[in-house]
Amino acid sequence: MIAALIIVFREVFEAGLIIGIVLAVTRTVPHRNQWIAGGVLAGVLAACLVAVFAGALSNLFAGMGQELFNALILAIAVVMLTWHNVWMARHGKELAGELRAAGQAVVEGSKSLLALAVVVGVAVLREGSEVVLFLYGVLAGSDDSALSVGLGGFAGLLLGALVCVLTYAGLVRIPTRKLFAVTTVLIALLAAGMAAQAAAFLEKANVLTAMDNVVWDSGWLLSDSSILGKALHTLIGYTDQPTAMQLVVYLAVLAVTFVLMRLYGAPAQTVTPAPAE
Amino acid sequence: MSFSLSKFTMFAAIALVSVAATGAARAQSATEIQLSYKDKKFDPAEISAPANTPIVIKLKNLDSKAMEFESKTLKVEKVVAGSSDATINVRAQKPGRYEFFDEYNEKVARGALVVK
Repeated sequence: MIAALIIVFREVFEAGLIIGIVLAVTRTVPHRNQWIAGGVLAGVLAACLVAVFAGALSNLFAGMGQELFNALILAIAVVMLTWHNVWMARHGKELAGELRAAGQAVVEGSKSLLALAVVVGVAVLREGSEVVLFLYGVLAGSDDSALSVGLGGFAGLLLGALVCVLTYAGLVRIPTRKLFAVTTVLIALLAAGMAAQAAAFLEKANVLTAMDNVVWDSGWLLSDSSILGKALHTLIGYTDQPTAMQLVVYLAVLAVTFVLMRLYGAPAQTVTPAPAE
Repeated sequence: MSFSLSKFTMFAAIALVSVAATGAARAQSATEIQLSYKDKKFDPAEISAPANTPIVIKLKNLDSKAMEFESKTLKVEKVVAGSSDATINVRAQKPGRYEFFDEYNEKVARGALVVK
């Protein structure tokens, strides 16, 4: 039972963190609960589908289907997160301010919500399919006591939900005015980290072999399989053996986000030579 | 403004694609290792490979249930469906002993790759 709890918790931990962040980011946006719930539900359904077709998926692209699939859905999440940040740079003030009730802002707001719902769906899908396969394997076998494993799995799921609640509770303590700046940075780092993970999957699929030398090994300091390492892995993309390519991709996503936010951000400020802050 | 922006994204895209292309063109000779998995056991339980060359592990999951091949030190995590094969690419490693296991049965289903 404890083994099942640990396995399930390990998988849902990352999704819990991401959902907590998205909930905090969208705190002031109307109708956000339906969108995020929809994202979670779609993610669970997609995870079941992926689990059913795990064998077929794996055999695609000369056995590298899983890696390419993971890289693809991570890339989708990166685009959605970046787009959200750029969009918020332009419309964030309208949403948070007195114009919040304005019809246009609400309509525009749901566009941004769709992007974040996709991010939530992807987070659930990625780890969810492994949970489904694990639990299915247990239930299909007669050697283990299915009930105790089911209970363990359920407890793991609850712990993952707790991570989500704690992340949200921690972030919403930040005053609304500062929350925007904090979540912008969080989302940019989240996106950069996911892009680096996507690069790692492409490296494993041998699609990306340039600059695949490991730049440093900080495993002695903080292993990315420890709980803190795992949290940092999700939040800022920490990995204890990054390749040069992963670092380049990471920095490129941060740079692109920054440039796009400057270009598309509040139009009145683009003519100001000095930074607004 | 938006014109220069689309130009910028295009340049970025071209740069990324060309980097990926040059990478793919570089051929590497890898060590191939056969490994099978049955009744929560790896066979052979210990495999070996030369140092500083990429490694390809061909894993046959003979059990009817799915397993997840994982190694923290090799940075590998791969779901293998029941009764099916998988290819696992491992980047060139320094000499040492690298443990791997089935994440769904971490305590019993363990093996190691020895790089010499």
